[in-house]
Amino acid sequence: MTSFLAAAIVAATPLLFATVGELIMEKSGSLNLGVEGMMLMGAIAGFVGAAGSQNAGVALLSAFAAGAGGALIFAFLTVTLRANQVVTGLTLTIFGTGVTKFIGNAYMGQSVPGPVRAFFAKTAVPGLSDIPFIGDVFFKQDIFIYIGYAVVALATVFLFKTRGGLNLRAVGENASAADATGINVAFVRYMACVVGGGLCGLGGGYLGIVYVPMWQVDVVNGRGWIAVALVIFSAWNPIKAFAGSLLFGALAILGFTLQLMEVSISQYLVDMFPYIAAIVVVIISTHRNMKEDLPPMNLSVPYFREDR
Amino acid sequence: MKKILVVILAIVMVFAFAACSSGGDEPEASGGDVVKVGFIYIGTTNDGGYTQAQHEGTMALEAAMEGQVECLIVEEVAEDKKAVTDAAVNLIDQGCSVIIGTSYGFQDALIEMATSGDYADISFLHFSGNELADNYGNYFGAMEEPRYLSGVIAGKMTTTNKLGYVAAHPYTEVNIGINAFTLGAQSVNPNVEVDVIYIGSWYDPANEKLAAERLLEQGCDVITQHADTTGPQIAAVDAGAWTIGYNLDNSSNPELASAYLTAPIWHHEVFLVPTIQSIIDGTWVPEAYYGTMADGYISLAPLTDNVSEEAKAEVDKVQDTIIKGEKKVFTGPIYDNSGTLKVAEGESLDHDGIWSIDYLVQGVKASNIN
Repeated sequence: MTSFLAAAIVAATPLLFATVGELIMEKSGSLNLGVEGMMLMGAIAGFVGAAGSQNAGVALLSAFAAGAGGALIFAFLTVTLRANQVVTGLTLTIFGTGVTKFIGNAYMGQSVPGPVRAFFAKTAVPGLSDIPFIGDVFFKQDIFIYIGYAVVALATVFLFKTRGGLNLRAVGENASAADATGINVAFVRYMACVVGGGLCGLGGGYLGIVYVPMWQVDVVNGRGWIAVALVIFSAWNPIKAFAGSLLFGALAILGFTLQLMEVSISQYLVDMFPYIAAIVVVIISTHRNMKEDLPPMNLSVPYFREDR
Repeated sequence: MKKILVVILAIVMVFAFAACSSGGDEPEASGGDVVKVGFIYIGTTNDGGYTQAQHEGTMALEAAMEGQVECLIVEEVAEDKKAVTDAAVNLIDQGCSVIIGTSYGFQDALIEMATSGDYADISFLHFSGNELADNYGNYFGAMEEPRYLSGVIAGKMTTTNKLGYVAAHPYTEVNIGINAFTLGAQSVNPNVEVDVIYIGSWYDPANEKLAAERLLEQGCDVITQHADTTGPQIAAVDAGAWTIGYNLDNSSNPELASAYLTAPIWHHEVFLVPTIQSIIDGTWVPEAYYGTMADGYISLAPLTDNVSEEAKAEVDKVQDTIIKGEKKVFTGPIYDNSGTLKVAEGESLDHDGIWSIDYLVQGVKASNIN
């Protein structure tokens, strides 16, 4: 059981980073469907950074920068040029996939250098890892995963306990009202995209640097889309996103585990679950009109100051 | 208004790109005696698996028939009728007189082109399909033979008597491999159990690794795969277990060397060279080719130093009998994993019998839903 849950956390980590990243962007009103593309760009950038520098910090920074760079393109097109967010996001996914294959072609079959792998080897947290059960599941992981925990905590505090977070949410709910109070709407949306996109890049980076440390085409393999579904599932709340990522991570390996127990279950059915769950959550939250679970009011609405 | 503009701009851009990619493909005059062979691949030539194995065959063909044959390739073509037809037409426009599709899903598009009458002078070859026409042949290999041998090695090398199998989809080709591997392992170790996880995809590095880790967690100490990435091999290295690859010999990869035993592999040039030669000579008769180990079309990659001497000796012995045709992989008695007798004692399955297998043999532990 503990080994199952510990493995679920590993499977959850790429989803966690990408979900929190997408969530921050959506909270500011940007529906960026380029998560898959940003994750892929993060994966290759992280890999190249690791291979080139042999340094884990450089690898992390490159993954973050690549995701942030992709999101910056998105922000420029949607915030400054006010292009349609859905179309731009989808284009970013296609762009990211292409760029990743193009750059990755030279690295096929190569491995992340030893020092970086050693840095991301499983490391128990002194003290915390001694807690029965919880310690084994949560605190005998790698440093990348611990960064994930920190990101959830920081995102929660930022969004709900700080002035900056309030501004960001205000922009996402009602950009013109936010503008009227003196918040720079474009700046907030740009910042949300840079940070959110960077987190998406780190999500891909986890796959490219730590989990599959030998470069292959498409390590992300659709996880970006699961993250988009997870944002809805978690009702735009980082804590729920953490729980949701864990649940979906567990589901990813639950199918495998059940197969080994000779339970008659189709892996295809298990693979469908995240999307079904997201739809069910949307139906329930809309039907019961639960205010705090609804999407930001101005999600995917470009802001024109002169409009109204 | 702006939205409409954006959409229009997007459409214009798409057409602009389309125009770029189809421009510049002037049909060339047939250059002397060089025959152009067009390959349509589903993946990239360096994917470390399926397509790389295909491409090594292509390069061997070009090397063997230097001066006579020029190979053109299109990578990453989706299994979609339009995409395949476009790729094939493009290759024909560039002067190819032979079109080779290397993925099952290319079949519909290629057979339709071959039988349409418009391409009667083009020869089509399709890997892994089952269609035949006047100008269309298919080819595949008896992968069950090297799979069986890899099972022999696994059966000898295991100490936990549990072998792990990361499989792509629960369908015939994959299940034949699982069965052959299991029968091979049981032939040297009757107590052996093969645990199978179907990951539901041909290509997903992270999920393949996750699945392999589950198998290792269950106590499996040899991991093999019918999926296309090195994910399971990395998991085996990390866990200090053994790994048997597929498609390609990865033993030279320093990261995998400590765990690598061998791999059932393809030698596509063994089919391609004589076939292309006969097409050039005008003697080609389309056939459903099913290459065996005796033909050299498939084999077990050279065993690494990780394989014990005892296992090596055993494999050499069995390999010899398979190549001589004395040993058939699916020879009774064979029971399925619910205990029903499927192949009676003394009988053995021929090609059609093997390809109608719809069960997993006794000793395989897997979810039975397909």
